[in-house]
Amino acid sequence: MTATPHRPAGGVFDVAVIGGGIVGAAIARELSGCDVSVALLEARDDVGDGTSKANTAILHTGFDAKPGTLESRLVARGYHLLSAYAKATGIPVEHTGAVLVAWNGEELRALPGLKEKAEANGYEHCRIVDADEVYRILPDLADGALGGLTVPDESIICTWTTNLALATDAQQRGTTVLLQHAVTGIDEGPESTTLRTSSGDVRARWVVNAAGLGADHIDRLFGHDRFTVTPRRGELFVFDKLARPMVDKIVLPVPTSRGKGVLISPTIYGNVMLGPTAEDLTDRTDTSTSEDGFDFLLRKGEGLMPRLLAEEVTASYAGLRAAIDHPDYLIEATPQQRYLLVGGIRSTGLTAGIAIAEHVRTLLEEAGLNLRSRGDLPEPPRMPNIGEAAQRPYQDADLIARDPAYGTIVCFCERVTEGEIRDACHAPLPARDLEGLRRRTRAMNGRCQGFFCGAAVTALREEHHDHDGRDSRQHKDNR
Amino acid sequence: MTQQPSLITPDVLIIGAGPAGLTAAAELASRHGGRILAVDREPAAGGIPRHSDHTGYGLRDLHRVMSGPAYARHLVRRATAAGAEIRTHTMVTGWSDDHTVDVTGPEGRYRIRPQAIVLATGARERPRTARRVPGDRPHGVYTTGQLQNLVHLHHRPVGKRAVIVGGELVSWSAAVTLREAGCTPALMISRYPKAESYGVFNLAGRAVLRVPVATRSRVTRIIGKGRCQAVEIEHLDTGRRRTVACDTVVFTGDWIPDHELARTAGIALDPGTLGPLTDTALRTSRPGVYAAGNMLHPVDTADVAALDGRHVAHQVISYLQGMREHAEGVRLLADAPFRWVAPQILRPQDPAPPRGRLLLWSDQFVRFPKVAVRQDGRVIARRSLSWPAAPGRVFRVPSSVLEGVSPSGGPVHIGLERV
Repeated sequence: MTATPHRPAGGVFDVAVIGGGIVGAAIARELSGCDVSVALLEARDDVGDGTSKANTAILHTGFDAKPGTLESRLVARGYHLLSAYAKATGIPVEHTGAVLVAWNGEELRALPGLKEKAEANGYEHCRIVDADEVYRILPDLADGALGGLTVPDESIICTWTTNLALATDAQQRGTTVLLQHAVTGIDEGPESTTLRTSSGDVRARWVVNAAGLGADHIDRLFGHDRFTVTPRRGELFVFDKLARPMVDKIVLPVPTSRGKGVLISPTIYGNVMLGPTAEDLTDRTDTSTSEDGFDFLLRKGEGLMPRLLAEEVTASYAGLRAAIDHPDYLIEATPQQRYLLVGGIRSTGLTAGIAIAEHVRTLLEEAGLNLRSRGDLPEPPRMPNIGEAAQRPYQDADLIARDPAYGTIVCFCERVTEGEIRDACHAPLPARDLEGLRRRTRAMNGRCQGFFCGAAVTALREEHHDHDGRDSRQHKDNR
Repeated sequence: MTQQPSLITPDVLIIGAGPAGLTAAAELASRHGGRILAVDREPAAGGIPRHSDHTGYGLRDLHRVMSGPAYARHLVRRATAAGAEIRTHTMVTGWSDDHTVDVTGPEGRYRIRPQAIVLATGARERPRTARRVPGDRPHGVYTTGQLQNLVHLHHRPVGKRAVIVGGELVSWSAAVTLREAGCTPALMISRYPKAESYGVFNLAGRAVLRVPVATRSRVTRIIGKGRCQAVEIEHLDTGRRRTVACDTVVFTGDWIPDHELARTAGIALDPGTLGPLTDTALRTSRPGVYAAGNMLHPVDTADVAALDGRHVAHQVISYLQGMREHAEGVRLLADAPFRWVAPQILRPQDPAPPRGRLLLWSDQFVRFPKVAVRQDGRVIARRSLSWPAAPGRVFRVPSSVLEGVSPSGGPVHIGLERV
C-alpha cells in the first residue's frame, strides 16, 4: 500500500492554504484531489466565518463583469462549475433569474450597453423589456420603472452550505483543517515555510494566501507591498418569509461606478433581502450595523418596493467585502518563494471559487509544484438541505418514520428539527457554537430570533457538544 | 414509494395549547363531546405561563391566583379530564386545502381535516432585529420569552447587569426573572413619559424591584463583540445620547401575533392588531375557522386569553350544530390615541364580545378617559371610565357602548372625547 497523500512528510505539508472561506476551501479541495498533502488554516472557530458568511448569496452569471478580465472569465466558468457541484452535493440553488430595473432615462439608455457587455462576457440570454413586462414580472415594484433587462440565469444559492461542502470535501480528500490558526508570522526556509500561528507552527513547502480581508497582511509578511485591502461594509435587511411572494426574482439596480448598488432579492431560505450598503471602513472587524446604513436601506427600499417595508424585519447584518486598489482579481505566484497570492476576491468569489481553485492549480503547476491527479477520490459530500425550494426533513414522511428526531421541530420559525441539530453537531466539520449551528441548520435564524427556541437549541447543542469536545481536534498529531 | 400522508378528522382542531386553546378544548370537550384535538409545537402544553414563573395567573377565569407554571398545568389537566386530546411537539406547518392542515410531529407527517378550526397561536415579542436596532450582534440579547425559557425551563445563567427595553407588564416580569437569575436589572427604557403597565405594579416595581426607568428614551445601538458590553440610548426630547454598561439586554413587549397560518390561509387580518379580523363571535373571514387569545389582542393577560377560549368554544358548538352567520357586519375602527380595537366586526344577532369588553391599545396615557363612539359623523355613545388608558396594557371598554350602532350604517370609530 502506498502512503496516503495527505499525510505530511516529516511534519511538512506540501501546501498550506491560508483562509477557510469559500476561495480557500475550494483551493484546498482542488489541491487535495492531487497527490499532495494540504493544510487549510482558518483564523476563526469555523470555516466560512468571515466574508463568505455574509454576502448577497447570488450565483452570478457574470453578465455584468468587465469583459476580458480574469474575474469575468472565472465567474463565467465558476457559474457552471458551482451549478454542477451544487447538484452533486445538494447545495441549495434556485434559478430565479434577475431583472435590472431602469428608473430614469439615463438608466434606460444604459440597458443596450449592458446587454452588449453581457454578450461580450459570453452570456447571450439577456433581454431588454418594457415597463409593462417589468411590472408583469414584479407586480409589487414601486411606480416609475421605465424598463428593464432580464438575466434569466442569475440565481440564488446558499453561501453557508457552499463553503461547508467545499471544506468538508477538502477534508474528506485528505486536507487537514486547522481552525483557530491565525497566521501571525512567516519564516521562509530553503525547503519549507514555517507559518507562525496562534495555535502553533505549521510548516509547508508551498503557501497559498486566500486570507480575504487579511490577504494584504499575509502578503506583507512575505515581503510584498502590492495592494491594500479596504474593508467595504455592506449592511442588509432580511425580511419575513411572508414577504417572499412579493419577490420572485432578483431585482437589480443599473450599475454605476459606485458598485452594484442596492438590490432586492429572494433568499434561498425563503425570505427577502434588501441591501447591501457600500461603505469603506478601516476596521477589518467592524461588522456592526448602523443607523445611517438602516436609514439608507429604508430610503432605498421605499423607492424600490414600498410594500416590502410594511413587513417585519427578521434579521439585519453586515458583511465586509475585501475591496482592493486593483481593478481585477489579483492572483499571482511567486515561484522563488513557493508562494501564491489570491487577493481582491470580492462578492463574485462565491460564484467563482471553484474556477479560482482550478486557476490556482494551473499557476502552481507552472510555478513548479508537481500536482498529479489522484484516481481514488471520495464522492463529494451530500449536504443537508437547508434551502426552502427542495424538501426539508420536517416534510419528509419516510425520513421521520425511520427517525422520529426529524419529526421533532425545535426551531418553529425555520422548522429545524432535532435530527438536523444533532447531525450538525456530529458532521465531519461539526457546529462548535450557536453561530456554526445557525449556518448549518438555520436554527434561531427566524422571525422570533430565539423567543421560542433559543433556550432549547442552546441545550441541544451542549448535549451533543459533550460527545465531540471542542478541544479534541483531530489534527493534533500534525502540529 | 412515498405514501399519501395519513389523515385524521376530529370534530374540532385547536391550534395552540396555551390558555386560550386549552380553555377552548376543555369547554368544547365537556359541552360538545366529539373528538376535540389540541396541538402544540412546544414540548409541553400550557403556552407562555409555563415559563412565567411568578404569581398572578387565573384571576379572571378561575377566580384564584396561582403561578404561571401551576396555571399551565391546571389548564392542561382540565382539558384532558374533559376528554380533549392534546398532542405536543406537533406543529401545523401549512394548509393542504381550505380546511385541512399539514402537520409534523415525532409520530410522523400527516394531515388533519376537522369540521372547525380554532387558531390560538398567541403572540411573540418583536426581537431586536424587528425593531431595527443597529449595532454589534453580541451574545446576551434576548426577548422576555427567550430569557424566561432559559432561566425557568433550562436553568441557564444569564449575565450580571441587564437593561430592559420596554415598560409593559411583561417588562416587570422580565425584571423578576432577571433578579431570580442573579442578574441586576440596571435600567428600564421606555419611550413613554412614564413607565407603562399597571400603576400598582409600577409602585411595587419601583419599591420592590428598584429598577430605575429612563422614560422618553429609546435604544439606538447595541455595543459589544462576543458578549454585550453596553447599549447607547437617546432621550427622545433632547436628543442627548449616553451609553449604559450592561452584559444583558432584554427586549420586552412590542407584541406581534403569530399569524403565519392565518396569513398563509389568506384569512383577512386587521391592520392594527395584525391578527385575524374577527367579529364578536370570534369568526375569521374563513367559514369554520375561528380565532382566540392573544393572536387577536397582542397582548392581554393569560386569563383574558383563556376567557376568549371559553367564548369561542360556544360559538364553535353553534357552528357544529349548523348555525351560520348571515348578516353583514359593521366595521369597528380605533381612532388615535388607540392603535387597535378587538374584535373588529359587529353583526346584529351576534353575541357580545368575550367578557362584554372591547379591547383597545393606547399609545398615550390618559388618566380619566372619556370614550366617544362615532358612526357616520355622529357621536352615538360617550362613556367616562374610571380606569386610565395607558400604553403597554390593554384598555377595556364595555361593549355596551355599541348599543346605539346602526347595523346598516358606516364604520364605527372608537376614540376619545376631545377635551
